[in-house]
Amino acid sequence: MSNFSIMEIMGPVMIGPSSSHTAGAEKLGKAAGSMVGSEFDEALFYLHGSFSATYIGHGTNKALVAGILGMEPDDERLRDSLLIAEEKGIKVEFIEADLGEVHPNTVKIVLKYKGKTLLTIMGSSIGGGNIMINEIDGCSLEISGKYPVVIVKHRDVRGMVSRITGILAQSGVNIATLKVSRESKGEIATTIIETDNESPENTAAEILKIENVISVKKIAAIK
Amino acid sequence: MYNKATEIIEQTKKENCRISDIVLKNECKLEEASEQQIRDRIRKVLRVMQEASESAVKKETTSISGLIGGNAVKADKYRAAGNTVCGDTVNKAMARAISSSEVNASMGRIAAMPTAGSNGIVPAAIITAAEKLGLGEEDMIDALLTASGVGQIIKKNATLSGAEGGCQAECGAAAAMAAAAIVEMYGGTPEMAFHAAAIALKSVLGLVCDPVAGLVDVPCSKRNASGVVNAMASADMALAGITSVIPFDEVVDAMYKIGKVMPAALKETALGGLAATPTGQAIKCRLAGNNPVTNH
Repeated sequence: MSNFSIMEIMGPVMIGPSSSHTAGAEKLGKAAGSMVGSEFDEALFYLHGSFSATYIGHGTNKALVAGILGMEPDDERLRDSLLIAEEKGIKVEFIEADLGEVHPNTVKIVLKYKGKTLLTIMGSSIGGGNIMINEIDGCSLEISGKYPVVIVKHRDVRGMVSRITGILAQSGVNIATLKVSRESKGEIATTIIETDNESPENTAAEILKIENVISVKKIAAIK
Repeated sequence: MYNKATEIIEQTKKENCRISDIVLKNECKLEEASEQQIRDRIRKVLRVMQEASESAVKKETTSISGLIGGNAVKADKYRAAGNTVCGDTVNKAMARAISSSEVNASMGRIAAMPTAGSNGIVPAAIITAAEKLGLGEEDMIDALLTASGVGQIIKKNATLSGAEGGCQAECGAAAAMAAAAIVEMYGGTPEMAFHAAAIALKSVLGLVCDPVAGLVDVPCSKRNASGVVNAMASADMALAGITSVIPFDEVVDAMYKIGKVMPAALKETALGGLAATPTGQAIKCRLAGNNPVTNH
């Protein structure tokens, strides 16, 4: 049996009422807010299963919006997050949806700016305030948000992974997990890397310089 | 490290110390932190607990759904009038447990212990015992260490999730954690503490998680009140020298097995039990009517 901290028993310190429907939802929102990395003025939340059935009573909607605004799970402004978003000129909408064969507490978040979609992320609140992100911009993955992530879209050609990881190694970043997938042979591929430590600021720019790299997205670890 | 109550008891005997000392030592090693650092982390959580167990006693607090509210104020006023069935201490503890659960249901700040739905039980027990014994913050931190140690054993060998084990795994576990902590605060032995934990958990084996409309309102709030009373009664029994015939570790195993065979309808899905009563269903329909409809 593995040893774990008493803080997994005592805590988290959070805004109620539910670690999975409130604290976990907040973290999912925070993941989206920290991933988008630029200004947004519209947020759509597609709520699935138990999220869609009980979101008002659990304050899941307020928690999600607090999350995209970057609040911590114990921030008492969470209760007023809908108003705060309105003041900031961010339009929010909650849509009850069937997202398929996913965890009952799942949400798809779409962040937009002036009508243009910046980020689409789907994630689940899997209990005790822990989350799992299942999809980013149509790319399936399974990340906890506990580690920083680098997502690289590139052409499916030889040596890409070694060049990308080479830059990470030079930056002093250790890789925790790595997954490569592609749409079809020779087409667009996606490399998803979870790292132990946050990569330096210029890492994304350095990776983008590699021939055949299309885009680089860096996602900070969610506290 | 320890996985079982028997291991903790053995370690306390070897080192001639309390459960809280063993838990603190393990935490320091695991987190590579000093005792002071760990105590300070717990202190922050304790202060959140103290605030939550008081605020709904002082000021009427209503849940987001409007289903519950104002009961902590009622409980404390009734207690203060002086003519209660259970006496001052028990009624104080109940008011505190209800307060924390009302704060939680109103989207206030709480510390899950071990879960948000059962967060009122351990703080109410510890704060009330400390008040009665004239103990201070450091003693309450010790008590939280002991409670958490008991929680770790339950999590390692069973579950602390209502969705997996029913309410016995949330309010039952919290009552067991609280009972052990109270025994240690009153100077009982580690064996007595685990007898108290076993007695508390045994009393609610099979307790289902059947939240009305799927919310952390009904019956969660009142189960926090009965949970702390269960903990206090179990602690008194153990301190009187009454022992649990079934040892704590076996009670935990039984709780887990009961949770496994418990129907899904009774594990936080809001499909059975109180949630499925005519009143529970009517409340669900009424609240669903409040959800704004969006067309897409």
